[in-house]
Amino acid sequence: MASATKPHSRPLSPHLQVYRLPLTAILSITHRITGIGLSLGLLLLTWWLVAGAYGQGPYETFQTVLTSWFGQLVLFGFSVALYFHLCNGIRHLFWDAGKGFEIGATQRANLIVLAAATVLTVLTWLLAI
Amino acid sequence: MATSPQTSLRSPLGRVRGLGSAKEGTHHWWAQRVTAVALIPITAWIVYSLLSLAGGDYIDYLGWVRNPVNSTLIILLVAVGFHHAQLGLQVVIEDYVSGHALRVVSVLAVKLLCAALAALCIVSVLIVAFGG
Ligand code: HEM
Repeated sequence: MASATKPHSRPLSPHLQVYRLPLTAILSITHRITGIGLSLGLLLLTWWLVAGAYGQGPYETFQTVLTSWFGQLVLFGFSVALYFHLCNGIRHLFWDAGKGFEIGATQRANLIVLAAATVLTVLTWLLAI
Repeated sequence: MATSPQTSLRSPLGRVRGLGSAKEGTHHWWAQRVTAVALIPITAWIVYSLLSLAGGDYIDYLGWVRNPVNSTLIILLVAVGFHHAQLGLQVVIEDYVSGHALRVVSVLAVKLLCAALAALCIVSVLIVAFGG
Protein backbone atom coordinates (compact mmCIF):
# COMPACT_ATOMS: atom_id res chain seq x y z
CA MET A 1 0.00 0.00 0.00
CA ALA A 2 1.14 3.48 -0.71
CA SER A 3 0.39 4.59 2.86
CA ALA A 4 2.84 2.06 4.23
CA THR A 5 5.77 3.43 2.26
CA LYS A 6 4.70 7.07 2.34
CA PRO A 7 3.92 8.16 5.90
CA HIS A 8 3.75 11.89 5.13
CA SER A 9 2.01 13.43 2.14
CA ARG A 10 4.90 15.48 0.94
CA PRO A 11 4.53 17.96 -1.90
CA LEU A 12 5.47 16.60 -5.30
CA SER A 13 6.98 18.59 -8.16
CA PRO A 14 4.77 21.49 -9.21
CA HIS A 15 2.02 20.42 -11.51
CA LEU A 16 2.66 22.68 -14.47
CA GLN A 17 -0.98 23.32 -15.32
CA VAL A 18 -1.94 24.47 -11.84
CA TYR A 19 1.37 25.96 -10.74
CA ARG A 20 1.30 29.68 -10.14
CA LEU A 21 4.54 31.66 -10.00
CA PRO A 22 5.16 33.19 -6.57
CA LEU A 23 4.94 36.98 -6.50
CA THR A 24 8.69 37.19 -5.85
CA ALA A 25 9.37 35.29 -9.08
CA ILE A 26 6.99 37.52 -11.03
CA LEU A 27 8.74 40.65 -9.75
CA SER A 28 12.10 39.11 -10.62
CA ILE A 29 11.26 38.53 -14.28
CA THR A 30 9.55 41.93 -14.38
CA HIS A 31 12.83 43.55 -13.32
CA ARG A 32 14.46 42.01 -16.37
CA ILE A 33 11.61 42.94 -18.74
CA THR A 34 11.58 46.55 -17.50
CA GLY A 35 15.38 46.69 -17.83
CA ILE A 36 15.06 45.74 -21.49
CA GLY A 37 12.19 48.21 -21.93
CA LEU A 38 14.18 51.03 -20.36
CA SER A 39 17.10 50.22 -22.66
CA LEU A 40 14.77 50.68 -25.64
CA GLY A 41 13.58 53.88 -23.96
CA LEU A 42 17.11 55.22 -24.20
CA LEU A 43 16.42 55.47 -27.95
CA LEU A 44 13.71 57.99 -27.07
CA LEU A 45 16.20 59.97 -24.98
CA THR A 46 18.60 59.87 -27.92
CA TRP A 47 15.96 61.14 -30.34
CA TRP A 48 15.11 64.01 -27.96
CA LEU A 49 18.73 65.18 -27.53
CA VAL A 50 19.63 64.78 -31.21
CA ALA A 51 16.48 66.66 -32.28
CA GLY A 52 17.51 69.42 -29.88
CA ALA A 53 20.85 69.74 -31.66
CA TYR A 54 19.27 69.72 -35.15
CA GLY A 55 17.08 72.72 -34.36
CA GLN A 56 13.54 73.94 -33.84
CA GLY A 57 11.84 71.93 -36.62
CA PRO A 58 13.10 68.49 -35.58
CA TYR A 59 12.53 69.38 -31.92
CA GLU A 60 8.89 70.26 -32.58
CA THR A 61 8.40 67.07 -34.60
CA PHE A 62 9.62 65.13 -31.57
CA GLN A 63 7.24 67.07 -29.31
CA THR A 64 4.30 66.44 -31.66
CA VAL A 65 4.93 62.69 -31.65
CA LEU A 66 5.45 62.57 -27.90
CA THR A 67 2.29 64.52 -27.09
CA SER A 68 0.11 62.41 -29.43
CA TRP A 69 -2.01 59.76 -27.73
CA PHE A 70 0.41 57.08 -28.85
CA GLY A 71 3.40 59.04 -27.60
CA GLN A 72 1.71 59.58 -24.25
CA LEU A 73 0.96 55.86 -24.02
CA VAL A 74 4.61 55.00 -24.66
CA LEU A 75 5.68 57.63 -22.14
CA PHE A 76 3.28 56.24 -19.56
CA GLY A 77 4.63 52.73 -20.07
CA PHE A 78 8.14 54.10 -19.79
CA SER A 79 7.32 55.80 -16.49
CA VAL A 80 5.80 52.62 -15.04
CA ALA A 81 8.86 50.61 -16.12
CA LEU A 82 11.24 53.22 -14.74
CA TYR A 83 9.59 53.42 -11.33
CA PHE A 84 9.22 49.68 -10.98
CA HIS A 85 12.84 49.07 -12.00
CA LEU A 86 14.03 51.88 -9.71
CA CYS A 87 12.14 50.60 -6.64
CA ASN A 88 12.94 46.96 -7.27
CA GLY A 89 16.54 47.93 -8.08
CA ILE A 90 16.86 49.53 -4.64
CA ARG A 91 15.57 46.31 -3.06
CA HIS A 92 18.18 44.44 -5.15
CA LEU A 93 20.84 46.64 -3.57
CA PHE A 94 19.53 45.69 -0.11
CA TRP A 95 19.78 42.02 -1.11
CA ASP A 96 23.34 42.63 -2.29
CA ALA A 97 24.09 44.02 1.17
CA GLY A 98 22.81 40.71 2.60
CA LYS A 99 19.56 42.15 3.94
CA GLY A 100 15.96 41.08 3.48
CA PHE A 101 16.25 37.37 2.64
CA GLU A 102 13.74 36.09 5.22
CA ILE A 103 10.47 34.95 3.65
CA GLY A 104 8.45 37.53 5.59
CA ALA A 105 10.80 40.36 4.64
CA THR A 106 10.77 39.31 0.97
CA GLN A 107 7.00 39.32 0.82
CA ARG A 108 6.78 42.65 2.60
CA ALA A 109 9.33 44.13 0.18
CA ASN A 110 7.30 42.83 -2.80
CA LEU A 111 4.34 44.88 -1.63
CA ILE A 112 6.44 47.93 -0.79
CA VAL A 113 8.03 47.89 -4.26
CA LEU A 114 4.64 47.62 -5.99
CA ALA A 115 3.06 50.30 -3.81
CA ALA A 116 5.98 52.73 -4.17
CA ALA A 117 6.13 52.29 -7.96
CA THR A 118 2.37 52.89 -8.22
CA VAL A 119 2.42 55.97 -5.99
CA LEU A 120 5.40 57.49 -7.85
CA THR A 121 3.75 56.86 -11.24
CA VAL A 122 0.43 58.40 -10.20
CA LEU A 123 2.15 61.35 -8.52
CA THR A 124 4.27 62.06 -11.61
CA TRP A 125 1.30 62.06 -13.96
CA LEU A 126 -0.76 64.22 -11.61
CA LEU A 127 2.07 66.75 -11.74
CA ALA A 128 2.46 66.38 -15.52
CA ILE A 129 -1.17 66.97 -16.44
CA MET B 1 60.12 16.49 -3.95
CA ALA B 2 60.10 17.63 -7.54
CA THR B 3 57.33 20.04 -8.34
CA SER B 4 55.24 19.25 -11.34
CA PRO B 5 55.39 21.89 -14.06
CA GLN B 6 51.60 21.89 -14.10
CA THR B 7 50.32 23.06 -10.70
CA SER B 8 46.70 23.48 -11.74
CA LEU B 9 44.11 21.10 -13.10
CA ARG B 10 43.40 23.50 -15.94
CA SER B 11 45.22 22.87 -19.17
CA PRO B 12 47.87 25.42 -20.19
CA LEU B 13 45.76 26.27 -23.23
CA GLY B 14 42.75 26.96 -21.01
CA ARG B 15 44.82 29.28 -18.85
CA VAL B 16 46.25 31.15 -21.81
CA ARG B 17 42.78 31.75 -23.17
CA GLY B 18 41.57 32.89 -19.76
CA LEU B 19 38.40 30.86 -20.05
CA GLY B 20 36.52 30.37 -16.83
CA SER B 21 38.23 33.25 -15.09
CA ALA B 22 36.11 35.08 -12.53
CA LYS B 23 38.11 38.31 -12.71
CA GLU B 24 35.87 39.89 -15.35
CA GLY B 25 32.71 38.69 -13.62
CA THR B 26 33.24 40.51 -10.34
CA HIS B 27 34.12 43.70 -12.14
CA HIS B 28 30.96 43.45 -14.26
CA TRP B 29 28.79 42.77 -11.21
CA TRP B 30 30.31 45.66 -9.28
CA ALA B 31 29.95 48.10 -12.19
CA GLN B 32 26.28 47.17 -12.50
CA ARG B 33 25.77 48.08 -8.81
CA VAL B 34 27.78 51.31 -8.96
CA THR B 35 25.86 52.54 -12.01
CA ALA B 36 22.57 51.52 -10.33
CA VAL B 37 23.36 53.61 -7.25
CA ALA B 38 24.42 56.57 -9.40
CA LEU B 39 21.20 56.33 -11.40
CA ILE B 40 18.98 56.81 -8.32
CA PRO B 41 19.63 60.57 -7.82
CA ILE B 42 20.04 61.14 -11.58
CA THR B 43 16.60 59.62 -12.18
CA ALA B 44 15.04 61.90 -9.58
CA TRP B 45 16.66 64.90 -11.26
CA ILE B 46 15.61 63.99 -14.83
CA VAL B 47 11.99 63.39 -13.78
CA TYR B 48 11.94 66.77 -12.05
CA SER B 49 13.49 68.42 -15.14
CA LEU B 50 11.13 66.76 -17.62
CA LEU B 51 8.15 67.88 -15.54
CA SER B 52 9.43 71.44 -15.58
CA LEU B 53 10.07 71.26 -19.37
CA ALA B 54 6.70 69.67 -20.22
CA GLY B 55 4.59 72.10 -22.20
CA GLY B 56 7.60 74.28 -22.93
CA ASP B 57 8.96 75.12 -26.39
CA TYR B 58 12.35 74.90 -28.10
CA ILE B 59 13.57 78.15 -26.52
CA ASP B 60 12.83 76.73 -23.07
CA TYR B 61 14.83 73.63 -24.00
CA LEU B 62 17.82 75.71 -25.15
CA GLY B 63 17.77 77.68 -21.92
CA TRP B 64 17.61 74.49 -19.91
CA VAL B 65 20.52 72.72 -21.68
CA ARG B 66 22.68 75.86 -21.55
CA ASN B 67 22.55 75.84 -17.77
CA PRO B 68 25.90 74.14 -16.97
CA VAL B 69 24.45 72.08 -14.13
CA ASN B 70 21.82 70.68 -16.48
CA SER B 71 24.23 69.94 -19.34
CA THR B 72 26.57 68.19 -16.91
CA LEU B 73 23.80 66.08 -15.39
CA ILE B 74 22.28 65.12 -18.75
CA ILE B 75 25.71 63.97 -19.95
CA LEU B 76 26.11 61.97 -16.74
CA LEU B 77 22.66 60.42 -17.29
CA VAL B 78 23.62 59.43 -20.84
CA ALA B 79 27.02 57.99 -19.87
CA VAL B 80 25.87 56.13 -16.75
CA GLY B 81 22.52 55.06 -18.25
CA PHE B 82 23.98 53.54 -21.41
CA HIS B 83 26.76 51.88 -19.43
CA HIS B 84 24.24 50.32 -17.03
CA ALA B 85 22.01 49.24 -19.93
CA GLN B 86 24.91 47.69 -21.81
CA LEU B 87 26.06 45.73 -18.73
CA GLY B 88 22.50 44.54 -18.08
CA LEU B 89 21.73 43.56 -21.67
CA GLN B 90 24.98 41.57 -21.75
CA VAL B 91 23.71 39.41 -18.87
CA VAL B 92 20.36 38.92 -20.59
CA ILE B 93 22.06 37.87 -23.85
CA GLU B 94 24.43 35.52 -22.04
CA ASP B 95 21.44 33.88 -20.34
CA TYR B 96 19.41 33.24 -23.49
CA VAL B 97 21.77 33.03 -26.48
CA SER B 98 23.50 29.66 -26.34
CA GLY B 99 25.56 29.52 -29.53
CA HIS B 100 29.08 30.71 -28.74
CA ALA B 101 29.65 32.77 -31.90
CA LEU B 102 26.18 34.32 -31.91
CA ARG B 103 26.51 35.20 -28.24
CA VAL B 104 29.83 36.96 -28.70
CA VAL B 105 28.56 38.82 -31.75
CA SER B 106 25.34 39.93 -29.99
CA VAL B 107 27.13 41.17 -26.89
CA LEU B 108 29.64 43.03 -29.04
CA ALA B 109 26.88 44.58 -31.16
CA VAL B 110 25.02 45.81 -28.06
CA LYS B 111 28.20 47.30 -26.58
CA LEU B 112 29.14 49.09 -29.80
CA LEU B 113 25.60 50.38 -30.33
CA CYS B 114 25.38 51.70 -26.76
CA ALA B 115 28.76 53.40 -27.07
CA ALA B 116 27.82 55.00 -30.40
CA LEU B 117 24.43 56.24 -29.19
CA ALA B 118 25.96 57.61 -25.99
CA ALA B 119 28.54 59.53 -28.03
CA LEU B 120 25.80 60.87 -30.31
CA CYS B 121 23.79 62.07 -27.29
CA ILE B 122 26.78 63.75 -25.64
CA VAL B 123 27.86 65.53 -28.83
CA SER B 124 24.26 66.72 -29.32
CA VAL B 125 24.14 68.18 -25.81
CA LEU B 126 27.52 69.87 -26.26
CA ILE B 127 26.47 71.45 -29.58
CA VAL B 128 23.47 73.06 -27.88
CA ALA B 129 25.36 73.90 -24.70
CA PHE B 130 28.09 75.72 -26.61
CA GLY B 131 25.49 77.53 -28.68
CA GLY B 132 25.88 75.85 -32.08
C1 HEM C 1 18.43 54.29 -17.71
C2 HEM C 1 17.61 53.53 -17.04
C3 HEM C 1 17.90 52.05 -16.82
C4 HEM C 1 18.10 51.06 -17.76
C5 HEM C 1 18.10 51.22 -19.27
C6 HEM C 1 18.33 49.82 -17.02
C7 HEM C 1 18.56 48.59 -17.61
C8 HEM C 1 18.84 47.43 -16.93
C9 HEM C 1 19.01 46.14 -17.51
C10 HEM C 1 18.88 45.80 -19.00
C11 HEM C 1 19.30 45.26 -16.51
C12 HEM C 1 19.56 43.76 -16.65
C13 HEM C 1 18.36 42.97 -16.20
C14 HEM C 1 18.68 41.55 -15.89
O1 HEM C 1 19.86 41.17 -15.81
O2 HEM C 1 17.74 40.77 -15.68
C15 HEM C 1 19.35 46.00 -15.29
C16 HEM C 1 19.64 45.45 -14.05
C17 HEM C 1 19.67 46.18 -12.87
N1 HEM C 1 19.25 47.47 -12.69
FE1 HEM C 1 18.77 48.76 -14.17
N2 HEM C 1 18.27 50.07 -15.67
C18 HEM C 1 18.01 51.43 -15.50
C19 HEM C 1 17.86 52.09 -14.30
C20 HEM C 1 18.11 51.56 -13.05
C21 HEM C 1 17.96 52.28 -11.81
C22 HEM C 1 17.51 53.73 -11.66
C23 HEM C 1 18.31 51.43 -10.83
C24 HEM C 1 18.25 51.85 -9.36
C25 HEM C 1 18.56 51.14 -8.35
C26 HEM C 1 18.66 50.15 -11.44
C27 HEM C 1 19.09 49.00 -10.77
C28 HEM C 1 19.41 47.80 -11.35
C29 HEM C 1 19.97 46.65 -10.65
C30 HEM C 1 20.30 46.56 -9.16
C31 HEM C 1 20.14 45.64 -11.61
C32 HEM C 1 20.73 44.24 -11.39
C33 HEM C 1 19.64 43.25 -11.15
C34 HEM C 1 20.14 41.83 -11.13
O3 HEM C 1 21.30 41.59 -10.77
O4 HEM C 1 19.37 40.93 -11.48
N3 HEM C 1 18.51 50.26 -12.80
N4 HEM C 1 19.04 47.32 -15.56
